[in-house]
Amino acid sequence: MSTPQDINARQKPAVAATGSGTSAILATRQLTKNFGGLTAVDDVDFEVNEGEIRCLIGPNGAGKSTLLNLITGQLSASEGEVYFDGTDLTDLDPHERIDTGLSVKFQSPHVYENLSVRRNLQVPLQRTDRDVDRVLAETLDRISLAEQADTPAGDLSHGQQQRLEIGMAITLDPKLMLLDEPVAGMSVDETADVAALIRSLHDDGMAFLVVEHDMEFVREISEQVTVLNQGAVFRQGPIEEIETDEAVRRIYLGAEA
Amino acid sequence: MSSENTGGIVDRVRGRLEGPNTLGNSSTFWIGFVVAVAALAAYPQVTDPYTALQTSRYFALAFLAISLCFVWGYCGVLSFGQVAFFGIAAYTFGTIGINFASTAGATAALFGAVTVGTLAAAILGYFMFYGGVRDVYVTIMTLVVALVLNTFMGQTAGSEWAIGTARLGGFNGMTNIPNLTFGIVFQTVGFYYAVLFALVATYLGLRVLLNSAFGMTMVAVREDEERTATFGYNVAFVKLVVFTIGGGLAALGGVFYASWGNYVDPSVFSIAFAALPVVWVSIGGRESLLGAIGATLLIERMRTGLSSGIGPIGPEWALVIVGGLLLGVILFMPAGIAPTLNDLKDGLLERRSGRSPSSTPTEESVE
Repeated sequence: MSTPQDINARQKPAVAATGSGTSAILATRQLTKNFGGLTAVDDVDFEVNEGEIRCLIGPNGAGKSTLLNLITGQLSASEGEVYFDGTDLTDLDPHERIDTGLSVKFQSPHVYENLSVRRNLQVPLQRTDRDVDRVLAETLDRISLAEQADTPAGDLSHGQQQRLEIGMAITLDPKLMLLDEPVAGMSVDETADVAALIRSLHDDGMAFLVVEHDMEFVREISEQVTVLNQGAVFRQGPIEEIETDEAVRRIYLGAEA
Repeated sequence: MSSENTGGIVDRVRGRLEGPNTLGNSSTFWIGFVVAVAALAAYPQVTDPYTALQTSRYFALAFLAISLCFVWGYCGVLSFGQVAFFGIAAYTFGTIGINFASTAGATAALFGAVTVGTLAAAILGYFMFYGGVRDVYVTIMTLVVALVLNTFMGQTAGSEWAIGTARLGGFNGMTNIPNLTFGIVFQTVGFYYAVLFALVATYLGLRVLLNSAFGMTMVAVREDEERTATFGYNVAFVKLVVFTIGGGLAALGGVFYASWGNYVDPSVFSIAFAALPVVWVSIGGRESLLGAIGATLLIERMRTGLSSGIGPIGPEWALVIVGGLLLGVILFMPAGIAPTLNDLKDGLLERRSGRSPSSTPTEESVE
């Protein structure tokens, strides 16, 4: 468990950049993204430690998705760097970044609708040198879709598709999973299933960075929370601290509380 | 969950040939396949030499169909210009073969032509896929390449347009192209068997490739490029490899075509010829190599039949009828004939065994 970081201490020297000295597995340094005149992500220094679940929250337009896209490489940074597990990702293509041990699940379900659940899982799995039969059976079990193994993914419910998505991402056996709103549009039961799934993977040592709106869900899975506001890190700390922070409540939680 | 292959070599070979990416994974299918190949092998013995010769031309064209089926049906890249690589290889085969008029020269021409056609596809593919050209723009660009070649080759009538002793010949085309030679010269019935053998071998080879991990990647790229990239796949590279292989297959067809008639002209780059592979594959089935081959043979047989006209129907109606057939198939069987028949067969089997579709085991897919 890392110590809560004060907002004022965020301009740390880039020690973690090399992956030595701290337990940070992902670190951004002065990361900035401009869209024309708009600065969507503004000088962000931000870390995810090994084996932790960190939630990224913030009001709409805070730059959460942009930050995620800068990490995965869907967008290229205007300034600053992204380090992962000792590697500088900044100049790598999206597919090269995945090979360093990242895995990502985007917001909208993006399964191969015409292919069976089994084949959906095989596509990422065949890139690894893991035992296909064993991991396939394990993963189907884990995401509770063993019954639906031969069903076309397009025929699954929304919640099942989201679980399948997570299943596809974890077959790569990543060190860090990036999840963008994994429970958007889900029922209470489905949300609980996903939370349980994330916790069980976390128990196995997988780190998570979760972009999320649903504070209930954040409370359920998260240890550490980073609040973004207007493209910059506004607060970081354990969930209990963030939730009781007056300034955070004003910009974000106030609307819901 | 996993099917154990306890059998001998037959099971192992079938394991490689079969999988969820190809239709026809049953013993019945393979018996039918062997019977069909045997029938085609016996065909020259029972028909007249002219018909056998025409049929061998259909085999050459079928290479265009499987090349398009491979890149479009399995990787989602709709190329309207497979004929470009076909034509480039045909002209290259002629150029090398005419300049080095010997058995060795003609054999070298075969390899040289396939290499040049494949390289042309690799270069075009590199600029398209690494340049971010996608979807319908690939279709337009490949067609434009074919049409540019059509126009260019059309104005090469002058005697200054020659490579060595090989005259390009403008609209009249290149003549005196040698016969297919691979150590020995293949003519008439020999040519028929050579092309049939190449076609069967290519079909089986593509089945192995499509049911491998690479085939799975191709299908994943076809279904969703972005998603596939998020698993770490280099989508541009996958498409380049597929497009290059497709170009190589089209090039091989072009060599057969040029050596069949000892002749090639710029009409191989024309829009009417460029459209034919799309028609064959659409009708036969984008996701069925065999469907695409079968549709090529039948449609070309029909076009030959119509070329002298039937009753009041003149030869000029042949393409109109093919077009009508295409519209009908697209309207009633959007996936093409072979996949539709396969679905019908599956539906019948399920009803007979009283099983629901979802409980149908697809054990092979575990391989």
